[in-house]
Amino acid sequence: MSDAQTPRVNELEKGSWPSFVKEIKRAAEKHPAAGDLLRQLELSYAEKVGHWKHGGIVGVKGYGGGVIGRYSDKPEEFPHVKEFHTMRVNQPSGWFYTTKALRELCDIWDKYGSGLTNFHGSTGDIILLGTTTQNLQPCFDELSDAGFDLGGSGGGLRTPSACVGPARCEFSCIDTLDVCHSLTLEFQDFLHRPQWPYKFKIKVAGCPNDCVASIARADFAIIGTWKGPIQIDHAAVAEYAQNGLSIQEEVVEKCPTRALAWDSERKELKLKPEDCVRCMHCINKMPKALRPGEQRGATLLVGGKATILKSAFLGWVIVPFMELKPPYTELKDLLRKIFDWWDENGKNRERIGELIYRVGMRTFLKAVGLPPAPQMVFRPRANPYVFWWPEEVKRNA
Amino acid sequence: MPRTDFGPPHYMEMLPPVIKRNYGRWKYHEILRPGVLKHVAESGEEIYSVRVGSPRLVSTDFIREVCDLADKYCDGYVRFTSRHNIEFLVTNKENIEPLIQEVKAKGWPVGGTGNCLSNMVHTQGWIHCHTPATDASGIVKAVMDELYEYFVEEKLPAKLRISLACCLNMCGAVHCSDIAILGVHRTPPRVDHELLAKVSEIPTVVASCPTGAIRPNPKLKSVEVNEERCMYCGNCFTMSPAMQIMDPENDGVSIWVGGKVSNARTAPMFSRLAIPYLPNNPPRWPEVVEAVKKLVEVWATHARKGERMGEWIERIGWETFFKLADIPFTDKHIDDFIFSVPTFRTTTQFRW
Repeated sequence: MSDAQTPRVNELEKGSWPSFVKEIKRAAEKHPAAGDLLRQLELSYAEKVGHWKHGGIVGVKGYGGGVIGRYSDKPEEFPHVKEFHTMRVNQPSGWFYTTKALRELCDIWDKYGSGLTNFHGSTGDIILLGTTTQNLQPCFDELSDAGFDLGGSGGGLRTPSACVGPARCEFSCIDTLDVCHSLTLEFQDFLHRPQWPYKFKIKVAGCPNDCVASIARADFAIIGTWKGPIQIDHAAVAEYAQNGLSIQEEVVEKCPTRALAWDSERKELKLKPEDCVRCMHCINKMPKALRPGEQRGATLLVGGKATILKSAFLGWVIVPFMELKPPYTELKDLLRKIFDWWDENGKNRERIGELIYRVGMRTFLKAVGLPPAPQMVFRPRANPYVFWWPEEVKRNA
Repeated sequence: MPRTDFGPPHYMEMLPPVIKRNYGRWKYHEILRPGVLKHVAESGEEIYSVRVGSPRLVSTDFIREVCDLADKYCDGYVRFTSRHNIEFLVTNKENIEPLIQEVKAKGWPVGGTGNCLSNMVHTQGWIHCHTPATDASGIVKAVMDELYEYFVEEKLPAKLRISLACCLNMCGAVHCSDIAILGVHRTPPRVDHELLAKVSEIPTVVASCPTGAIRPNPKLKSVEVNEERCMYCGNCFTMSPAMQIMDPENDGVSIWVGGKVSNARTAPMFSRLAIPYLPNNPPRWPEVVEAVKKLVEVWATHARKGERMGEWIERIGWETFFKLADIPFTDKHIDDFIFSVPTFRTTTQFRW
């Protein structure tokens, strides 16, 4: 395509960081849609406004989600992006690929789409960016033959995602990849056929470092943790000290609960296990020397989300500790109860966290059968407006 | 009919043999240099990960180039991170250097580990979204060009996570980032009465407003907006195309600081408002780039070793932060939505 048509966006080919504009131009060599996308972007840069029409419902047979309909509001000017729908493809747990699988995806997308992708979308899917309504079904048919299914969209379960976990991280307290895969398979129907008040995201992190940001981004966060003392290899601690790590300054003084002490003469790290809140800092600093405790499981949190509508929420602890062993029956049963309660009680476009905020945590806990625990709150209530269940008080007949 | 509801490929099919052999039995890791991780298993086997920054919006030919390198140096295996980086998984130590040379020759950056800036998580912007207040990929490219050195060299006090979302929906969930760049609308939606009467259910549009600013207008079979109550969230536009919220004159960018998701040391924190509005100035958004760079530099200059942006600000106090960052504090910084009260200062303890 001619550079003269896109003087503004061409500016983004300059600079050290790899350029998405170069990528669009590469795709445009084979796909006219990519060229029109760039020309439409140039218009947006000139006018400071987007040029996609509102929404649009398109899909593939048997599914209600997984495709985002998109239409240009300037179809005469940019005919090749008149229809420019996105397909969300469910990524393998942990975003691992063989090159064979990736090449197959690329070949299918060159055949049916714009040749443009996101690796990955911010929820975790492989994003195939831009195709026509007509091409959706044949594209999905070939993806399906190649072993790739669609991800979630709309008011339903969104594609769950997981950190690298036990595949390549010594911190992981749970099998994040397997939990993610197992939940994805278990709840396929909710993923492919949106039937809920709004979106529901599940993310699985192997440890409290939370590399998939589950506590901020997931309606249901599964975060690996442990019980029992951190395991200490004292010789390895001494080695870190010898190699220049200031254990006092960089480890002990950063411990949020002062659970650690460093005897610099005896080169000994002492831990008060009852004070440790498993924040990961000391383990992060000395992975050769420290490991999570032996009894492994997960903390479960509910309600995390971005702003729309009732402000952003971080996930709230609802199960301080659950052991997670295949087939994860207890976890799946709990999720099913949560889905049912939310589906029954949530208003249109009300996330689970907002519903809990509206009706109260006690109502939620009772509905899904979870016992209250002090780990669920930073501190108890300070106001006296306590609600009592009918059976807890005597009433005159 | 094609097969349906079979789910993603099983992850085990995608793992390199060395990972399958040592799955769940990794012992420790080291960062050999920015962008190169070494993981050692209990068995003594090793795997090296070479982390490479990607523009995220890439062509199929880019992915094929990644595959060519993975075939040549990684036995055909590769992964991506939660922040859109590519990780080449190398078992033969001898392959690291030639791989890095080839990656660099392509102009791709190696880095993003430890106390580096990682890649920016971001949304679609003008590329593919229907409610954006700004572009996404363009600002990300301009910011990453400017902060490139912090990705490839490890010279910050702690990790740095910058994210961008192109409207208040915050699809990129930027609300817990060290620095968040957020597109903002600043004017109420303009109602297209004729269109609304044709395509939207009035109760749905009314119910979509979190501040109750929308009421029915039976005469026009449409709705009207109480403009004083509107906070420009755009939720009504998501429900109805007749509630156009995009406004090229007034849309722009805000900057938020001090969020984190990790539980390390301090609990996860929200990002909080630093700069309420900067103009949309494509193609390179110089005001935004400069503001972000200044924030990174003021933090890097003043923070103690190991202190994330939010941890540093909480230690010195927000009043000191505004002074050091040379950012005016305005009425926009004081929350007036539903959870405002806990942010008001209820003590005489503060700094001058």
